[in-house]
Amino acid sequence: MKRRKFVQLSGMGAGAAMLVPSMMMGSSITADALLMPGMDILTKRKLADVALNTARSLGSTYADARIGRYLNQYVFTREDKVQNVVNTESFGIGIRVIANGTWGFASTNSVTEDGIMKATQQAVAIAKANSKIQKDPVQLAPVESHGEVSWKTPIKKDFKSVPVSEKVDLLLSANAAAMENGANFVNSALFMVNEQKYFASTEGSYIDQDIHRIWPTFGVTAIDRGAGKFKSRQAMSAPMGMGYEYMDGLESEKLEGPSGLRLYRNSYDIVEDATLAAKQAKEMLTAKSVQPGKYDLVLEPNHLGLTIHESVGHPLELDRVLGYEANYAGTSFATLDKWKSGDFKYGSDIVNLVADKTQKHSLGAVGYDDEGVKTKKWDLVRNGVLTNYQAIRDQVHMIDQKESHGCCYAQSWNDVQFQRMPNVSLEAGKEKYSINDMIKNVEKGIYIAGRGSYSIDQQRYNFQFGGTVFYEIKNGEIVGMLDDVAYQSNTQEFWNSCTKICDENDYRMFGSFFDGKGQPSQVSAVSHGSSTSRFDGVNVINTGRSV
Amino acid sequence: MAIYTKEKARQIMEKALSFSTADACVINMGGSESGNIRYARNTVSTSGHRSNQTLAVEASFGKKSGTATVDEFDDESLKSVVKRAEELAKLSPENPEFMSPMSPQVYDESITFVEATANIKPEFRAGVAAKSINPASEQEVTAAGFLDDSSGFSAILNSNGLFAYNKSTNVDFTVTMRTNDGTGSGWVSRDFNDVRKFNPEEAAKVAIDKAVMSREARAIEPGKYTVILEPAASADLLRNMSGAFNARTADEGRSFMSKDDGTKMGQKIVDERVNVWSDPLHSEVPTSTWNGEGMPLKKMKWIENGVVKNLAYSRYWAKEKGVDPVPFPSNFIMEGGDASREELIKSTKRGILVTRLWYIRSVDPQTLLYTGLTRDGTFYIENGEIRYPVKNFRFNESPIIMLNNLEALGEQVRINGNLIPYMKVRDFTFTSLSDAI
Repeated sequence: MKRRKFVQLSGMGAGAAMLVPSMMMGSSITADALLMPGMDILTKRKLADVALNTARSLGSTYADARIGRYLNQYVFTREDKVQNVVNTESFGIGIRVIANGTWGFASTNSVTEDGIMKATQQAVAIAKANSKIQKDPVQLAPVESHGEVSWKTPIKKDFKSVPVSEKVDLLLSANAAAMENGANFVNSALFMVNEQKYFASTEGSYIDQDIHRIWPTFGVTAIDRGAGKFKSRQAMSAPMGMGYEYMDGLESEKLEGPSGLRLYRNSYDIVEDATLAAKQAKEMLTAKSVQPGKYDLVLEPNHLGLTIHESVGHPLELDRVLGYEANYAGTSFATLDKWKSGDFKYGSDIVNLVADKTQKHSLGAVGYDDEGVKTKKWDLVRNGVLTNYQAIRDQVHMIDQKESHGCCYAQSWNDVQFQRMPNVSLEAGKEKYSINDMIKNVEKGIYIAGRGSYSIDQQRYNFQFGGTVFYEIKNGEIVGMLDDVAYQSNTQEFWNSCTKICDENDYRMFGSFFDGKGQPSQVSAVSHGSSTSRFDGVNVINTGRSV
Repeated sequence: MAIYTKEKARQIMEKALSFSTADACVINMGGSESGNIRYARNTVSTSGHRSNQTLAVEASFGKKSGTATVDEFDDESLKSVVKRAEELAKLSPENPEFMSPMSPQVYDESITFVEATANIKPEFRAGVAAKSINPASEQEVTAAGFLDDSSGFSAILNSNGLFAYNKSTNVDFTVTMRTNDGTGSGWVSRDFNDVRKFNPEEAAKVAIDKAVMSREARAIEPGKYTVILEPAASADLLRNMSGAFNARTADEGRSFMSKDDGTKMGQKIVDERVNVWSDPLHSEVPTSTWNGEGMPLKKMKWIENGVVKNLAYSRYWAKEKGVDPVPFPSNFIMEGGDASREELIKSTKRGILVTRLWYIRSVDPQTLLYTGLTRDGTFYIENGEIRYPVKNFRFNESPIIMLNNLEALGEQVRINGNLIPYMKVRDFTFTSLSDAI
């Protein structure tokens, strides 16, 4: 088998292996050690200056240093067993320079004056060596000098202060609820991340940030051995840029979905969701197989977020558009000529897609990106028309812009930062409109909630998406659960078939915790907000087979 | 220097073990040196070098285990990593599936290390990039590629006296060639333990030819077609299928391999010409001769004449079921035939030649249905000849259905450490067209 750089921390059962990218790990430590303070800020500044001064003295025209402490805690359970509790810490410094107009990068876990000087020398040497084959010198867009600033994810409960036993008990309670309600198997997991990042650059910024993310998830499986069938229902949670307070299950953050579904905004009730998951997994075993054809789709935000991610987020990454990712993820249909025309209809008039690195509770929210640019919000598609891309300091000049969008990111101190997707979201509809208002106007349709199977071509035209649960809509009413549903469309056709978007009361975020890009591959975490939306006449296929 | 000799590695691990006070202790050690170069838009974009070494201690008290790692191997560091693992073990919940470390085993000598690969220098990597970029530039084509090479070792020592060591080298190469007008795209992938087998000019030519040949593709109706799948096209589907050979999920009733109250062991699931095995000593696709627990890896048949011959049992599941453990395969070897790619094309009246499949995702784990798209060279064949390039398709297909619809097998090719034949398959299901190039 191909040696994939993943660590299988626990078997998540059929078709749901929970693989954690190995680069997200570090040295194992005790849960208590997560609470130990890291290096103090004055020392960080002093050491970062060693990198910047060394780089300058070796002829660099720009340098930045990132001192990072990355703390992870992962908990895995199945049924009534704890499978694994993982606490890790990774600490080091990454130094990036421009010498002879060319980038160079080196990193070290030896965060001492000597270690940093050596790594800086290496970064400069790499830049100078690569400059011999560089065609176009790096052009950096200007950036404000921020001086000494800091930013923190606004959390209420730090996961590091919550005892592991409390987390284990919560997951085991969710598992028990699923088993009591007819599940045959359940696997659950909690992923918690804290990035403590210090950034300094020769532009005069010293930025200290403390970033938190959390992702509770599970898979509940129901089996009918007689019929030779099994079905799994995944969690309706979303990974969030929040503290452990996301697990509080606040009633005020719950929404009633159609057919008894429970949907969660900024607070998640894992026990309630696991209970419903078991009932729905059993219902799926006998659900009606879909008749293929054209349907009006009503897509719930925790489903639509993945479609936004794949069909809007990725194709509007400028490095893909320019061909830098051609050998791996691919290029993009959203070419520069389409953008320059000023009238490329990405979607219908009501479609407004925004990039936003400041959105509260989102995975992508930070105060400053990994090259010291203050984060912001900007339009990608306004009134259906393509208006902009996602670009960083060394790219914006290629689209005749003067200011970086602030979406540069590296997964650790050990990896070089590059352009990554910001949160990309669909704006809520302006008219007052609820899910029920939407369903009652659909004659022949399908309501889809939650993420499922997803696949899209290398230029982001043709896609196919499944979902977690599917309900048939007939003459304005939900008439029952469906199975074997997937929809296929073309990005531009799909977004132009968007005819209705619910208002902001229905707005929620979907998230991707381990989004991969680049060679060698790096992961990042990103959210996508939307309200329930309607897409007319989309092609639905039946995925049932007999083997 | 991150590559330790067998003797030196053993000495360090024994030192660490001597500090253990736990009921059981397993030490894993590894190190690697790797280098890469990435290029796009006919110029180098990044290059890097990485050196890693690590020693992981898993200490167990009863059924409680903890793991700690360290990247420095002096006595103090070793003492402290063992202590940390033991502290973590005492704080951990009991693992009901805990298995004590294995007793000493006998291993075959592996053939995974090649000195020439371990000696790759930055100049070689730059040369490989140039051998893509130069011919591309001459033909109005743009190259984007990635070369990654590594050499490393891994070793295991446990408190029951088991010791194993392995050294290996690897080189992985892919390049995408796109015509400058954006109407054609070709791709190639090569991987070896021995870099001397790698011919970068030949690889670049395959991708450039496909890019040029695939210009101005025509749209034809999606539907069921006879396809000739190049080994890179079927490799991922077959690899996904091999994931179903897990006895536990089969026994639990949540796998394609589940059947009534048992499994499909002994049942014919695909065409009788299908034979699949794994073999760590195969000269083209060698792997380590032991797995992460120290279990010896031997040649093992998985499908024989279309019949399921073995399922993989972890040590825990084997004990539960009262059978011998069967380690998961370390490579995937599918028997081929004598036909060359050209001969398979020649014998095809009407069909599609597929270079690769992309963005493959599971649609239904019960039937092993997958979806994805063709990419970087898809051609229409008529009366034994490639007639013209066609637009890419989305497929929805199960490798089980695919291997039941087998028409012919061709020569084997190494892909990502596996050995996969060219194959001709009837009624392969394409469900829609894509405009992607």
